[in-house]
Amino acid sequence: MNLEIDNLWVINIAGVEIWITETIYNTWIIMLILIVLAVIIRFKLKNFKIVPKGFQSLIEGAMETFDNFADNTLGEGFSDIVPWFFMVFVFILSSCLFSVFGLRAPTADWATTFALALASFVIMIFMGFKHQKGKYLKTFFEPNFIFFPLNLIGELAKPVSLSFRLFGNMLSGTIILTLYYALTPLFVQIGIPALLHTFFDVIFGALQTYIFVIISLMYIRGAAE
Amino acid sequence: MQDPLAFVIGIAHIAAALALLNGVTTTFGQAKIAAQAIESIGRQPEAADSIRSTMFVGLAMAETSGIYGLLIAIVMLFANPLVDILLNYLG
Repeated sequence: MNLEIDNLWVINIAGVEIWITETIYNTWIIMLILIVLAVIIRFKLKNFKIVPKGFQSLIEGAMETFDNFADNTLGEGFSDIVPWFFMVFVFILSSCLFSVFGLRAPTADWATTFALALASFVIMIFMGFKHQKGKYLKTFFEPNFIFFPLNLIGELAKPVSLSFRLFGNMLSGTIILTLYYALTPLFVQIGIPALLHTFFDVIFGALQTYIFVIISLMYIRGAAE
Repeated sequence: MQDPLAFVIGIAHIAAALALLNGVTTTFGQAKIAAQAIESIGRQPEAADSIRSTMFVGLAMAETSGIYGLLIAIVMLFANPLVDILLNYLG
């Protein structure tokens, strides 16, 4: 495990250098795993039953739990954005669990978390215009038009704080584990890091995933109402 | 001042330590949130689920300033822009 993000190779397309970093590589691995998993689940659920049993009830239970959670946070009328947030939830959770295997988690790179937070921000603006029409622009001038710069900064700070929260938590776990691996002799590095991995990767990762999704959903609800 | 580079690096380390000091107030605020949530659950155990989810969101909000301090400390230690500026200046 290394503190810095390694640059694996550079692709040169028409004079533009594209750096394939460790983060992008690990993201591809996670995407591959998730896509293969989704295809396997799709093929196993080919003969869909009305009364779920076994494997099907497991998948339906997971989907229903997330649907209920999103509906409780968002309210009615937002069912078309729930699948996106289910994908975000699964992606962040699996990338936080990725560092259990000693590889660098993609969420310990600001590029990944900022991309996810920017997507939430774009959805927020879109849903605001969709549900409030022109009135959404008026919320920037509340309670008076003098407050426009303040409101604008407040809106622009949302994706930044959302991405920094996830990035900071994941990076602190990475740094502490790297320090542990670098400073201790070899015989303490067997077994004991499992506890640290459980705390910093599994517990913090699950908590931060939940918080990322629920705060995104709350921003969207606040913009749409 | 004998060596400007050593001076800048030393100051950067002090700045990182000062940036991490905001953990004191952040932790105090988070402890207050958790204490209030436990008190509310004790008073009204049937509302425990909604109180718990609200508590986690509040904790995350209060944590933001602590995370900012941590990031500033990391930038000061590992990606300090002042060192590059100084090296360019010294030539």
